[in-house]
Amino acid sequence: MKLDTIDRMIINTLQDDFPLTPKPYADAAMAIGIAEHDLLDRLGRMMREGIITRFGPFLDAAAMGGAFCLCALTAPKERYDEIAQMVNGFPEVAHNYARDHTLNMWFVLATETEAGIATTADAIEAETGLTVFRFPKLREFFVGFRVAA
Amino acid sequence: MNLSPADRALISTCQGGLPLVASPYADIATKLGTTEADVIDRLAALKARGVIRRIGIAPNHYKLGMTANGMSVWDVDDDAAEELGPLVGAMEDVTHCYLRPRALPVWPYNLFAMIHGSDRDEVEKKRQTIKTLLGTACRASDILYSTAILKKTGLRLRDRKD
Repeated sequence: MKLDTIDRMIINTLQDDFPLTPKPYADAAMAIGIAEHDLLDRLGRMMREGIITRFGPFLDAAAMGGAFCLCALTAPKERYDEIAQMVNGFPEVAHNYARDHTLNMWFVLATETEAGIATTADAIEAETGLTVFRFPKLREFFVGFRVAA
Repeated sequence: MNLSPADRALISTCQGGLPLVASPYADIATKLGTTEADVIDRLAALKARGVIRRIGIAPNHYKLGMTANGMSVWDVDDDAAEELGPLVGAMEDVTHCYLRPRALPVWPYNLFAMIHGSDRDEVEKKRQTIKTLLGTACRASDILYSTAILKKTGLRLRDRKD
């Protein structure tokens, strides 16, 4: 996988504010200084190569009356894979990461209702027999998801 | 905040991604049986309401060589956190910065900042910068590196017949 300067420019400039105009790719391409078809080709290629995981609108669960909650648990080493499978089996689990800490499994619940968080976390506790620590966000110091390519 | 059936249908149609065609909103409009102008207006309104946070690319950190990511966590005086949080969130390569409840005694940390870097050294350097920035307001800190992605799917609306 090789990214040239233009690929990097696309990644760096199109993480937000994709134009809401009839010819958005043409408009975005012009801002970058390339042709519309070049932008479309490059986006297609970077998606196929997995450099871009998704392109489009990103939703805020809370704004839709839903909720996100970061949760963590301590899975005993000998049961780690089994616990991961149980946790991942819940469709409400959006991401799940193994991390090196006493709390060694960190996952995000995304539900359509606020009440869904507690229900799901309780259900995970019941199934795994482990305490699910809940870390809902109290404040968000939101700047963006931008990473420099 | 509730979504009208039309907004819900619009979101369902484009949550998988925008079509890579010259007029993507006209394309979506055709699928929904509405007009391009209606799609554009609705998307703009949903963005203004914050239902849509942003429209754009989600890059894959790993493929960009940002293979190290550490969840840095800080026990910061609650009042100071309000003031310092935005400064941490504004740092380059800090992608998420949140104030969360502590879970004492297991978990004394209330400020979470995800740091991305090409390797752990780079992440550690950025962590040091945050530490300096927080100064005496910070009582303790730690960093949790991810050792495996066990699951990763985005937020999806479930199909609902309402």
